[in-house]
Amino acid sequence: MNLHEYQAREILRRYGIPVPPGDVASTPAEARAIAERFGGKVVVKAQVHAGGRGKAGGVKLAKTAAEAETHAKAILGMTIKGLTVQKVLIAPTAAIASESYVGIIVDRASQRPVLMVSPAGGIDIEEVAAKTPEKIHRLAVDPRYGLLAHQALALGFALYKDVKQARAAADIMQKLYTAVYGVGASLAEINPLVTTPDDAVEALDAKIAIDDNELERRPDIAALRDVSAEAPEEVAAREAGLTFIKLEGTVGCCVNGAGLAMATMDLVKYYGGEPANFLDIGGSSNPQKVVSALRIITSDPRVKVILFNIFGGITRGDDVANGIVQATREFTLKVPIVIRLTGTNEQLGVEILRKAGFSALTDMDEAVKQAVALLKGRVA
Amino acid sequence: MSVFIDNATRLVIQGITGRDGSFHAKQMMEYGTQVVAGVTPGKGGQRFENSVPVFNTVAEAVAATTANTSVIYVPAAVAASAIFEAADAGIRLVICITEGIPVLDMTRVLPFVRERGARLLGPNCPGLISPGKSKVGIIPGNICKPGKIGVVSRSGTLTYEIIHQLSTHGLGQSTCIGIGGDPLIGTNFIDCLTAFQADAETDAIVMIGEIGGTDEQQAAEYAQREVKKPIVGFIAGQTAPPGRRMGHAGAIISGSSGTAAEKMAAFEKAGISVMKRPADVVPLLQERM
Repeated sequence: MNLHEYQAREILRRYGIPVPPGDVASTPAEARAIAERFGGKVVVKAQVHAGGRGKAGGVKLAKTAAEAETHAKAILGMTIKGLTVQKVLIAPTAAIASESYVGIIVDRASQRPVLMVSPAGGIDIEEVAAKTPEKIHRLAVDPRYGLLAHQALALGFALYKDVKQARAAADIMQKLYTAVYGVGASLAEINPLVTTPDDAVEALDAKIAIDDNELERRPDIAALRDVSAEAPEEVAAREAGLTFIKLEGTVGCCVNGAGLAMATMDLVKYYGGEPANFLDIGGSSNPQKVVSALRIITSDPRVKVILFNIFGGITRGDDVANGIVQATREFTLKVPIVIRLTGTNEQLGVEILRKAGFSALTDMDEAVKQAVALLKGRVA
Repeated sequence: MSVFIDNATRLVIQGITGRDGSFHAKQMMEYGTQVVAGVTPGKGGQRFENSVPVFNTVAEAVAATTANTSVIYVPAAVAASAIFEAADAGIRLVICITEGIPVLDMTRVLPFVRERGARLLGPNCPGLISPGKSKVGIIPGNICKPGKIGVVSRSGTLTYEIIHQLSTHGLGQSTCIGIGGDPLIGTNFIDCLTAFQADAETDAIVMIGEIGGTDEQQAAEYAQREVKKPIVGFIAGQTAPPGRRMGHAGAIISGSSGTAAEKMAAFEKAGISVMKRPADVVPLLQERM
């Protein structure tokens, strides 16, 4: 789960990291009031889970509170990468002496949280990694001891020559490390970490992603979820216990297991089709999940054929079959459906489907071929 | 001989009285796995299915039954704790089926398990099976056949698909291992390739990876140097859009490392035959053996 910039800033503040002032507004009038409070010279920033906000016109400078209101009016309701802007962050513009980067991400290879810092801040760290990798300093932190003071200070000196600034940066790094474990973040970035003309070190912009597996035990963090910032089908899928990602194609896929779901999408492409989605009904066996899955798939007008690929393990074939039959009682599918069903309780499932007028295949390749053929009007 | 489990495996099931634990306990017992104990705090003294003794703690189970392997079916909220407990009790091989353990918990679990000299398989994995001998986890026994192919995979049902292709074409398996789809796991591809290379009953290896991370690339380099047996590989997620989470926490493409194309190229460079689709596994193996 991604947090908005204003939410991430709030978390950093809570962990004692210096963050310049700023407030969030949902209406142009609120934006104006906040801007007045900050003396009028502010930046208005769209709060949306998409990169390239600036390029899309979602970040604007204002010289007066009235101008801030005009900018907020333009930005609120704007669509950036398919997401509607519901909130703007209003922050006073500040003079900046330098911009650096500080980030913590859990690294798969070392299996540790890795602290990354770079004196080249304010741009994407991926860009720095590609163009000037020597400007990135890394440290894999031993989680048994945490980020030690001397380690943080060494990285502080990688950013600043001045000992006061290096110490301030080290302190921020240690607090950021504590925040990562405190909120269950899979990624926490301060970009840019700035120095001001009076030599203070502050976190100007922040990005925090929370590991979804942490949300159950952290209701306060889970409450930060902004449903309006996500695609509606993905929200519906999550609420139904499904993993769903919308794609651009026409073959609606419904599969049990993430690996098999990806392999099914790949096979659709292999035979000349394009998958409309990734959908994993998960390991458990529940007809209602299948109904929800079909509802989400058929709500996409681009879907021209539905493809089920079920290899029963924990998932039982009869449960899936019952779900499909139940769905057709609740709503019309409108497009043809191809079902591949094998594994646990395969016979029961096939029988349930046969009675309801559906046929099922046992081979994955055959099913995908048939789905793509239906798409192209050549009924196999 | 087989890999990681065999006839000497003495299994304790953590969460044996739960919904998933009890179901799979019965399946494993029917398959012939030596289930010597179960653990559910508060249910110590009971017997599961009138035979398997249940203990309050893993330490008690080990002391009473000399269990050497554990499998975990407890809910995600307590699964990290269950791994700590198993390793602390002297269990040599811990298999964690549970899905949904926070990654930060795993940063603390993994060094602990290694310090205790134990091996962790998973989490978020289907476990492993040596067809005809022993199975620990949830891989359906009926789709497997005893034979000479070693299978290692990051996926669950996709592994079943590949095993099914092998079995229906007469290619039995020595051991099938699901290493799990999470970003931080206890046993990786290289560990399994090493074991299969050393296993006299394995003639060829099938390796099933997916997008995200660089485990497959590192395994390919290792295989080129150290593995003399033929390997056939598959990467799921060729059509996955960059940067999107596809169900497995592990399947995130970040930057240039971790795409299917990159992994498939690494396989080819290392002399691993690359399947374009699951059905290619049989012809490619036949070509290589």
